[in-house]
Amino acid sequence: MMIPSLAPQSGFWSSATMIAAVVLTSTTGEVLTAAAMKSIGDLDEIRAHSGMKGAIRAVLTCPLFFAGVGFLALAFFALLLALNYLPVSLVAPASASLTLVTNAIAGKLFLHENVDRRRWTSAVLVCIGVYLLAH
Amino acid sequence: MAHARLLPRQYLVLGLVSLCAPLGDSCLSRGMTHLPPITLAHPATLVSAVFTPWIAVGIALLIGFFASYLTALSWADLTFVLPATGLGNVVIALLSHYWLHETISLERWAGIVLITVGVGFVTQGPSLTKRPNAHAPEIAVIEQPAVR
Repeated sequence: MMIPSLAPQSGFWSSATMIAAVVLTSTTGEVLTAAAMKSIGDLDEIRAHSGMKGAIRAVLTCPLFFAGVGFLALAFFALLLALNYLPVSLVAPASASLTLVTNAIAGKLFLHENVDRRRWTSAVLVCIGVYLLAH
Repeated sequence: MAHARLLPRQYLVLGLVSLCAPLGDSCLSRGMTHLPPITLAHPATLVSAVFTPWIAVGIALLIGFFASYLTALSWADLTFVLPATGLGNVVIALLSHYWLHETISLERWAGIVLITVGVGFVTQGPSLTKRPNAHAPEIAVIEQPAVR
């Protein structure tokens, strides 16, 4: 896509590695967080039965949630590192749009979500849209 | 696949997911640009920045985003919720056009249209994949390859 023209001060592979690090850590974080929330159950129902404190307790006692947040924090630092070497006009759209696609793949593989044609189309449309908006 | 049509309050939660993040980012951006440059030599200035009005509002909005995002993930698939977060980019672009009077290029308008169509497309479908035992964490399987 736009990779060949990127990062005048960085090589192709180092740029691709930095963007891949952002995408992978972010995807792992999103998938772990989604898995945590699915294992907890519908928060609206929990809140209806146990109140807001019960809902917060349900989230904060789930180890998977903290694993997800940990990876999202890693993704944030990977993004900061990438921004240190690469232009924001490359890092922001590339990581945001690639993350949508990797999340669709990870959702299908790890969360066993039914990613049908409608969801693939949506992910690709939003992915191209994010790229056009942020580029 | 599932069924699960969204209730009005669930659309509200998705709306909050889409709105809170871009508004929070905008508040943080506005707050930070009004501050003098912050260096690691004076970390206290960073702490005091948290208590300035725009940044405090921005942080509150981002907490609201995370809470509504987690709520949405508790009753909808990740591949359903994520495209909705993309709508935030549209909100930012429209705010910058109508509020800050910035010019939006044809390319960006095309991006806005694509995201809107993509989000509209996915929300017409089912929000949750049906599973035999909804709360049995087959999730536990997600594991470690990604984690390591």
